[in-house]
Amino acid sequence: MENNTAGIPATGAIAKKPAGMARFFKLLLQQRALVVMSVPFLIWLFIFKYMPMWGWTIAFQKYKPALGFWEQEWAGLTHFRFLFEDERFIRVLRNTLAMSGINLVLGFVTAIALALLLNEVRKVMFKRVVQTVSYLPHFISWVVAAGIIQSTLSPDGIINELLMKAGFIKEGVLFLGIPEYFWTIFGAGTVWKDVGWNTIVYLAAMTMIDPAQYEAAEMDGAGRFKRMWHITLPGIKPVIVVLLIMNIGYLMESGFEPQYLLGNGMNVDYSENLDIFVLKYGIAQSNFSLSIAAGMFKTVVSFILLFVANNVSKRLGEARLY
Amino acid sequence: MAEVAGKNKKRRPMALGDRLFDYANYTFLTLLMVVTLYPFLNTLAVSLNDANDSIKGGIYVWPREWTLDNYKYVLAEATIFHATMISVLRTVIGTVATVFCSAMVAYTISRQEFVLRKFVTVAFILTMYINGGLIPNFLLIRDLGLIDSFWVYIWPGLIGVFNLIIIRSFIEGLPESILESARIDGAGEYRNFFHIVLPLCTPVLATVALFTGVYQWNQWFDVFLYNSSNIDLSTLQYELQKILQNSNASMSAKSAGDAFASAGSQDANAVTPFSIRATMTIAASLPIIMVYPFLQKYFVKGMTVGGVKG
Repeated sequence: MENNTAGIPATGAIAKKPAGMARFFKLLLQQRALVVMSVPFLIWLFIFKYMPMWGWTIAFQKYKPALGFWEQEWAGLTHFRFLFEDERFIRVLRNTLAMSGINLVLGFVTAIALALLLNEVRKVMFKRVVQTVSYLPHFISWVVAAGIIQSTLSPDGIINELLMKAGFIKEGVLFLGIPEYFWTIFGAGTVWKDVGWNTIVYLAAMTMIDPAQYEAAEMDGAGRFKRMWHITLPGIKPVIVVLLIMNIGYLMESGFEPQYLLGNGMNVDYSENLDIFVLKYGIAQSNFSLSIAAGMFKTVVSFILLFVANNVSKRLGEARLY
Repeated sequence: MAEVAGKNKKRRPMALGDRLFDYANYTFLTLLMVVTLYPFLNTLAVSLNDANDSIKGGIYVWPREWTLDNYKYVLAEATIFHATMISVLRTVIGTVATVFCSAMVAYTISRQEFVLRKFVTVAFILTMYINGGLIPNFLLIRDLGLIDSFWVYIWPGLIGVFNLIIIRSFIEGLPESILESARIDGAGEYRNFFHIVLPLCTPVLATVALFTGVYQWNQWFDVFLYNSSNIDLSTLQYELQKILQNSNASMSAKSAGDAFASAGSQDANAVTPFSIRATMTIAASLPIIMVYPFLQKYFVKGMTVGGVKG
C-alpha cells in the first residue's frame, strides 16, 4: 500500500496547469473501461455512505420531521449538553467502555493463549479438528448464539444443573436477571463465539517463526514453557502490537447484538450501551436530534481514536489499517 | 508447523515434563471442543426429541424419543417457510451482487495506471473511519423509499471495504506477466477482468462469498429496522429473534416462545415452544455449519492477507 501512494503522475499534475487538466481528461477517456467499472460504485458509495452524514445537522436542530431543512429551528449544542447531564447517558457510556474493555483484554488474552496451545499440538489432524470446531460459533448468528447462551444460563439450563449437582447452589439461578453478572456473561459469551476465530492471525504469524530457533533452544535445554515464552511470544509480538493498537481505535464499539439480544428489563442498567441508547431514543421514541447527537459523539470519538491508533502504529513501523 | 513436528519426532524420547504438558494440552483442547459443541448438540437433540418428552428435562446430546415431528411442524408453518425462502433469496442475490461488484472495483484500484485509483481507494477507505450512524442511515433509507422492500437487504451493504481490500491485495499478488501478456494480445479491460482476473481470483472470491453469505443469512437487524411491519419480507433469523425476545420475558427456556404457544395451540399435543425454538435454531445454523469447513483453507488465507498486510 505504502509504495503505491506515490500514485499516478496525473493526479499530482491536475492542480498545476490546464495542460495537466487536459492530460487528466485524456487519460480518463483512454481508461474509460476502468471508469465505467468504478464510477457507478462511487455514486453508490456517495449515496449510501456519505449522504447520511448530512443527517448530522439534525443533532443541532429541534428537529421536526414534518418541516423542511430550512424551516427547522436550530438548537445549537443543547442536545449534547443534555446528553452529558443525563444520568442514563453516563451509565450507557460506562457500560460501553466497560464492555469494550472486557472484550479487548479478554479477547486478546484468550486468543493468544489458545493459539499458543494449538501451536504446541503435533498431531496435525487433531489440530485441524480443534480449529474447525473452534471457528464454528463465529459463523452462527448472534440470534442463535444468544438463544444458546440464554438456554444454557436459564434456571433449568446445564450450568445451573451442574452447579446444583456439585452442591454449590440449592436452586436454579436466573443469571441473566442479575445485573452485576451481565458483563461477565457478555465477556464469556463473546470469548465462546470468537476465540477460535481470533487465533487465525496469531497462528499464521507463528508459522513464520524460524524452526531453527526452536531447535537451538531445545539444544540449550529450554522446556516447552520456556520456548513458548522466549520464542513463540516474541515471534508474534509485532502482530499483537498492531492488533492491540487497532483495537484501541474501536473502544467505542462494544457491539450491539449481544447486548440487545441478551439484555432485558432486569439487567438493563448494565447491558444498555451506546448503540442501544441510540436505537431506543431514535427509533422507538423518534427523538432523532438527541439520538443523532449521541451517535455523532460516538463516531467522532471513534474517529479520533482510530486516527491516533493508526498513526501510533505507523510510527512504530508496523502495518496499518489501510 | 508440520515440518517442526516431523523433526521433533525423530529426536530423543520426550522428557516427562513434555509429555505431561502434551496430556494437559490435549485434555484442555478436547474440553474446549466439548464446551463449544455441547450447546449445538443439545439443541439438535431437543429438536429431534418428542416435544412433550423434552419438557421433562434430562435431554443432553442424544434424543430419548426420536421424532421428526418438530421439523414437520416448523416446515408446515407458512410464515417460517416463507421467511426461510426470503433468507435464501437474500443470501443468494446479496452474495452474487457483492462478490461481483467488489471484485470489479477491486480490479480497477489494483490497476496502477488508473487515474482515479487513489481517489476511489481513499473514498472507500474513509468510510471505515467515519459513517453517518444508525439514525441518519435510517432516514436515508426512508427517503430513498427502500422501507418495506426486499432491496434494502441488498443495496446498503453492496460493497464492504474489508472485502475490497482483500480482493485488491490478492489481485496485486498475481503475477504481472499474466495481465501483461493478455494486454499484448489486445485484450481490453473487460476481457481482462472477466476472463483472466476473475477466474484467477477464485480463492479470494470464495472467501468473500463465504463472509457475505454468512452475513446475509445471519442478518436480522435490517429486517427489524426497515421491514418489521411486513411479514412477507421477514427472514428466518428475524422470526427466531422474535421468539427469543418473547422468551426473554419469561426467562425459562422451557416456557419459551409464547408467540408460538398460541399459534400452535391446535397442535399443542405435538409441539411445544421449547422444541420449536430448538428446531428453528438448528434450521438457522445448519446451512452455515455445513458450508464453512469446506472453505476453511480459503478464509484462513483471506483473513491473514486482509488482517495483517492490509
